[in-house]
Amino acid sequence: MTDPSDTSLGDTPPEGTHDQDYNFAYLDEQTKRMIRRALLKGLAIPGYQVPFASREMPMPYGWGTGGVQVTSACLVPDDCIKVIDQGADDTTNAVSIRKFFERTAGVRTTEKTGEASLIQTRHRIPETPLEEGQILVYQVPIPEPLRFLEPRETETRKMHALEEYGLMHVKLYEDISSHGHISTAYAYPVSVEERYVMDPSPIPKFDNPKMHQCPAVQLFGAGREQRIYALPPYTDVVSLDFEDHPFTRLRNDGVCGLCGADDTYLDEVIMDDEGTRMFVCSDTDYCATRIEEAAE
Amino acid sequence: MNPIFSVRDITKFYGNQKGCEGVSFDLYPGEVLGIVGESGSGKSTLLNVISGQLEPDQGDVLFDTRHAGMVSTTAMAEPERRMLARTDWAYVHQNPRDGLRMAVSAGGNIGERLMNIGARHYGDIRETASGWMGRVELDTGRIDDRPSTFSGGMQQRLQIARNLVTGPRLIFMDEPTGGLDLSVQARLLDLLRNLVRELGLAVIIVTHDLAVVRMLAHRVMVMQRGQVVESGLADQVLDDPQHPYSQLLVSSILQV
Amino acid sequence: MYVAVKGGEKAIDNAHRWLGEMRRGDRRVPQLETAQISEQMTLAVSRVMAEGSLYDAELAALAIKQARGDLIEAIFLIRAYRTTLPRFGYTSPIETARMRCRRRVSATFKDVPGGQILGPTFDYTHRLLDFKLLAESEDEQAEEAIPQDSADVPHVLGLLDRDGLIQKEHRTDEEPVDITREPLEMPASRAARLQVLARGDEGFILGLGYSTQRGYARNHAFVGELRIGLVDVEMEIPELGFAISLGVIEVTECETVNQFIGSKTEPPQFTRGYGLVLGQQERKSIAVALVDRALRWKELGEDFLGAAAQDEEFVLYHADNIQATGFVEHIKLPHYVDFQSELELVRMIRKDAEAAREKADD
Repeated sequence: MTDPSDTSLGDTPPEGTHDQDYNFAYLDEQTKRMIRRALLKGLAIPGYQVPFASREMPMPYGWGTGGVQVTSACLVPDDCIKVIDQGADDTTNAVSIRKFFERTAGVRTTEKTGEASLIQTRHRIPETPLEEGQILVYQVPIPEPLRFLEPRETETRKMHALEEYGLMHVKLYEDISSHGHISTAYAYPVSVEERYVMDPSPIPKFDNPKMHQCPAVQLFGAGREQRIYALPPYTDVVSLDFEDHPFTRLRNDGVCGLCGADDTYLDEVIMDDEGTRMFVCSDTDYCATRIEEAAE
Repeated sequence: MNPIFSVRDITKFYGNQKGCEGVSFDLYPGEVLGIVGESGSGKSTLLNVISGQLEPDQGDVLFDTRHAGMVSTTAMAEPERRMLARTDWAYVHQNPRDGLRMAVSAGGNIGERLMNIGARHYGDIRETASGWMGRVELDTGRIDDRPSTFSGGMQQRLQIARNLVTGPRLIFMDEPTGGLDLSVQARLLDLLRNLVRELGLAVIIVTHDLAVVRMLAHRVMVMQRGQVVESGLADQVLDDPQHPYSQLLVSSILQV
Repeated sequence: MYVAVKGGEKAIDNAHRWLGEMRRGDRRVPQLETAQISEQMTLAVSRVMAEGSLYDAELAALAIKQARGDLIEAIFLIRAYRTTLPRFGYTSPIETARMRCRRRVSATFKDVPGGQILGPTFDYTHRLLDFKLLAESEDEQAEEAIPQDSADVPHVLGLLDRDGLIQKEHRTDEEPVDITREPLEMPASRAARLQVLARGDEGFILGLGYSTQRGYARNHAFVGELRIGLVDVEMEIPELGFAISLGVIEVTECETVNQFIGSKTEPPQFTRGYGLVLGQQERKSIAVALVDRALRWKELGEDFLGAAAQDEEFVLYHADNIQATGFVEHIKLPHYVDFQSELELVRMIRKDAEAAREKADD
């Protein structure tokens, strides 16, 4: 995102590079401005959920409409975008969203994490560390970390406003007392700058530490729930835990069967009906790059 | 000694129907005040107003805070009032279901208030919860069981433990023995009396049951049609009621 | 040897081609024209316009055709298209009191000024399959009788209002919120509630309305008046200084009369539930009125009985079928990563539990 208040963004895309039936990156400029205002507010109050008038998008709610709207509001013609779902560039929904922006914005696309100026993701943070100047856009299904403890929006907003987060720890307490572990494996709640408790979207808790002090801008869009929130670069993001039951990352302790990495998040692939399994990196770009480098 | 809690000329109407009118009293640390009356007498309205759940039409409620001394709780901002409600105040509901989280274990129920005010050590929270289960005579082996598996009397004792764990100085109780069998009631009253004495708690207890008042309260206020008709030392009022309505209440219990 | 799955892009292209093929069906059967849909499937078109919240019969017909008759999919197409349309401004409120009624019935009075108009209704048809329609024969022609001017069709509930028997509605010149332009926040205004209900899913609202009749927040409703007809849409043009007519739309309006015994704040009187829906949407408008009335408990000083139809957040956050269908169906998207994380956790907990059991056995 260059200067989000610069409303001329996207007004004059290079002609012929995107579908001329639609405005650059699909949304009209008025809507983009509204979303940029929400993004700015979110960046100013890290972890706070900003209500925004989410639009109907030409893809279903729950399939990344929040992320798509945020991306649309951030894109400029010389952006280069990467879209991943489950860490992979080639999963169907990632392909579909990438095609959408190819068509409506005519921007360059890439599978390389390092080359992308904007990455839209569902459920993962890339293994390659992000850098300053990059934007990571998360697709968020349920932005409210307290939702499953307290279904009422009026009540949860009050709890955030008054920093009443005891209930969140009651949930973690219950996990430990019944399982011996905190049994939240993904969408693991975090505390942002010691103020707002935030849902990191359903990334595995393995990815949680990557949010802390990240040099890139992290933007979260929940289309159906009409919420945007954000983490500016170098924000403190701490996973909730107890002093005597500290947060731990969780991964299968195997190595990737393709590239041999032993520190990445692995997908389990079932090879036959006899129970043979293989583990491979969920981040396909990271894995492929390692294989290429090994071949050189 | 200064009062810990002071109620001044509290009036609450619902439309043109009277809830309670012109109620004033002071409560001192360690004192137990019983508010008695039949249903519709205004005692529950009064309790809701003075515990900050309803706004009065008129009057003021003052509490002796730790930091700023006597402060009007009706003029307090909501965050402060909510903070008070989870630290220095406690509220024991008639129905334990209203005061407990039924889907959370006994330990979690007791620990919640601690976690609300920042406790972050699982082992310590658990130990404190277990200690309180012992104090209210609950089997500590059931710390991970949900309250739905407890009897009514056990649930009520759990609710009391959950409320007392943060060391509140003022407790509101709404018919705490309401739905319980007589023998269970006696045990609970005995427990309450000991805890109140041990911890030096100030208590406001609303009940229609004069036996509860006789057992627990130092002072008593009799309410009828929204107004206080008689107040005084508990024994005095119960043994020698002056107002005809108090006399009626006392005689009706004697017949039981 | 495992090779990372590729080919998502090709799979999608092929799926789209196949979908087109399935939509067309047997090519010996003539292709459906959108005019046939907009003329002969008018109630489906009405629903798509109402829940898509875009009054355009031709586009609704196109959406129905493209969606292979899946009305929620068609509504989705309309909504997505609607988002891209520029917003010129807001029209003046439509005057339903001046509706040119095609149908108008009251269940509370035997006769009312302006009369009862049965109109084109299924109500008294016997639900027997009409096999004549299998053959391509023309129906008998009926004369359509829409009064041109209906200043003489006053609202039935206005008659009760004159006697002070029905609760006065709070009159305001406040600009109502636009739920398609502002995020829905709770507690919602009645205007916002009625908008959400008007474009909410017919089945969901129907079920909720039904639940109020079966005792979940029962509010004893009668249809005071139901009217379907045409109204003018006008817009004030500041540059001109007067209102110009933009066209005519069909709407369905239902007002229920609800018994009310009075509460702490209100005297005994009748109260009103209100439903207004685009197009001919009789069932929906009645259901909207029932749910509207149930949601008014707080304003009328009634008790919250824990019924779904009284619960504003529950009703408003779950009424939209485009939101609902997206989220319900999204669980078929890949969730490998989350599932893997759960898998590792369950394995870890099981290992601990087994170790504990072995230790206990020793």
